[in-house]
Amino acid sequence: MSAQTSLQTPRSRVGGSVVLMRHIRPLLAAATITLFTLMVLLVFLSPFGYMMTTAFKSRAQITDVNLPLLPVSPAVYSYTLDTPAVYEISFVNVQGNVVSQTVMLQKGTGYPMYRVPVGCETPPFEGCEVRDLALIARRTSVNFFIDPDHPEEGVIEWTGNLLDLKPSYELDLHWENFARAWEELDFPKMIRNTVIIAVTGVIGTTLSCILVAYGFSRFRIPGKAILFLILIGTIILPSQVTLIPTYTVFKIYIINKLQAAFKNSATWGWIAKYAPLLPLTLPHFFANAYNVFLLRQYFLTIPKEMDEAAMIDGASPFRTLVSVILPQALPAVTAVMLFHFMWAWNDYFGPLIYLAGVKELQPLSIGIQLYNQQYSFMTFMVQATALMGLVLPVVIFFLAQRVFMQGVVVTGVEK
Amino acid sequence: MDFVNALRSVRREEKAGGLSGLARREALWGLAFLSPWLLGFLLFTIFPMLASLYFSFTNFDITRPETTRFIGLENYKRFFTDPVMRRSLWITVRFMLISVPVGLAQPLLMAAMLNAKSLWGKRIFRTLFFMPSIIPVVSTAYIWQGFMNTETGWLNRFLMNVLRIAKPPQWFNDPTWVYPALIIMGLWGVGNALIYTLAGMQGVPTEYYEAARVDGANALHTFFRITLPMISPVIFYNLVLMVIGLFQYFILAWIVGGSTSAPGGATQFYNVYLYKTAFVYSNMGYGSTLAWALFFMGLTATLILFGTAKYWVYYAAED
Repeated sequence: MSAQTSLQTPRSRVGGSVVLMRHIRPLLAAATITLFTLMVLLVFLSPFGYMMTTAFKSRAQITDVNLPLLPVSPAVYSYTLDTPAVYEISFVNVQGNVVSQTVMLQKGTGYPMYRVPVGCETPPFEGCEVRDLALIARRTSVNFFIDPDHPEEGVIEWTGNLLDLKPSYELDLHWENFARAWEELDFPKMIRNTVIIAVTGVIGTTLSCILVAYGFSRFRIPGKAILFLILIGTIILPSQVTLIPTYTVFKIYIINKLQAAFKNSATWGWIAKYAPLLPLTLPHFFANAYNVFLLRQYFLTIPKEMDEAAMIDGASPFRTLVSVILPQALPAVTAVMLFHFMWAWNDYFGPLIYLAGVKELQPLSIGIQLYNQQYSFMTFMVQATALMGLVLPVVIFFLAQRVFMQGVVVTGVEK
Repeated sequence: MDFVNALRSVRREEKAGGLSGLARREALWGLAFLSPWLLGFLLFTIFPMLASLYFSFTNFDITRPETTRFIGLENYKRFFTDPVMRRSLWITVRFMLISVPVGLAQPLLMAAMLNAKSLWGKRIFRTLFFMPSIIPVVSTAYIWQGFMNTETGWLNRFLMNVLRIAKPPQWFNDPTWVYPALIIMGLWGVGNALIYTLAGMQGVPTEYYEAARVDGANALHTFFRITLPMISPVIFYNLVLMVIGLFQYFILAWIVGGSTSAPGGATQFYNVYLYKTAFVYSNMGYGSTLAWALFFMGLTATLILFGTAKYWVYYAAED
């Protein structure tokens, strides 16, 4: 239809469909793009599916590649009643005679389940209803099944080759993988270590960054621009240039000395024990560029008149920070605490360097590597530990996702 | 860019006043508040940097500190003739050449998708796409290593059973395929770059899009002529961070390759070699040389990027 004719068509006749189209087209576009995004998301997150299903498997479920992806095992129907069930079966034996027998189902006996195409005998079993049935007897040419859900139907005969049938599967989750990892890797100890490192670091970072950000946001200091430039510059400074001396000093001059001094002390022995954690915690008490920047940006949005009023009332700058600035900056402070907690919880490099030989103090981030190093064939244990390692960060992330998303934007790009 | 604007405002403020008695008091208070960082900067940045520069002229071995002596330019001579270093640097640079385009395109494409006007459930999608970047790196590595396992992994089962590829890649067991495998694994780290890019896209004034629509531009035109130039500062920021990060590529290579840099030394990236030199072979002297060389290479790359910025990065209304 040309444009001209469509213009000439009386409005009253097509008006309805035009209005309908105007409503449906955006809806259709939205549905399409949403569906597309959903598919991309599914592909993007599919490794999680692999992890979740594998973590619940046993070794047998891993090694059999023919099994479905879910953690399943061949289903078995177990007879549970006290009184045995009796079924009559009859078949033609090798000599050509018709034989009748009785089959008794006893309590506690298991019968394998198969996906039986009732009515079809040779593959492909097309057009037949497939039922999950329990095999109770096998004779020369006939297989006898019952339906555990409908035992009153009696015996169902199927004369095909049993090897052509697929077994029925049922979900078979191996929760014990998690208990095993929990014990073998000593999760309580790893969690304790991680919490010590993370919480100390959060305290240090939060306190020091608040002070420094306050200094940068509220005071006229000669050379402040250069100092600020240097602070930001440390973001792109590779940590490798400072790593080796920092490691050397901590190891030789601090940790070893502390351990030598307090090793045999009854009251101060804990200093020797926890000394290796110092390089992972102490530096955080000296502020870092990202968090100072985030806090400073937030402090700048708080009106200066308020702290000036406090100063006029005789409050010291420190007092002003605590009672005027901080109460208004709680969202930013929370963001800094959360960021650092997550960072410390996931930090791999620090513990790898400083706690290499110190099993006793290793946090989750490096401690969960045991299975990969020792038994690489135990995929299910590796995935179980991977899952256990990510549960807490993911939960925290979902609870505080708004803080994460906004905080990232504040530090990165201001709009 | 945020950092740039912040710096400008600090400098402006500084020009404003001289130093009277009151101003000196204020400056002292200010310095007192800055002191944790100033002290930390001296202790954990300046001092270690100088020390590592000094180490690079010695044969310092942390297991035998008493044998340490000054060996002049020995380490630097070794650096320029070291075939192992050259190989690890080549591995790093080659990896960068495929990694950077992927790392630039991925957040752009994803952000464009998530920024589509008619998309339902934007916040949920955004959260779920971001989520993988907050999980511990060991978990990430394990999940992908399992997912791309040659026999039992979902990826190869998909390639074999659905796409009918008879011999799918051996991924982490193949010295060639291990690089694409590492890049695929790295896709999960898009989180921050994605959020910056999205924020950048949302900040583009809508009038521009309306004007383009009036002029009859299609979606592709709009994306390349308006969105891309407008968010080029974000792209630049992502690019700089990515290049600096790639020079220091270590953790995934280390988890995947271990101390032997399996398969066949293919995961011995520059930083892995540095780590081994210093912390496995305890050669802190040569390790420091490698660290300083890394610093200079990263700095040079950053300066080059900043030099190109004026040709393609667009800063709107610099007020």
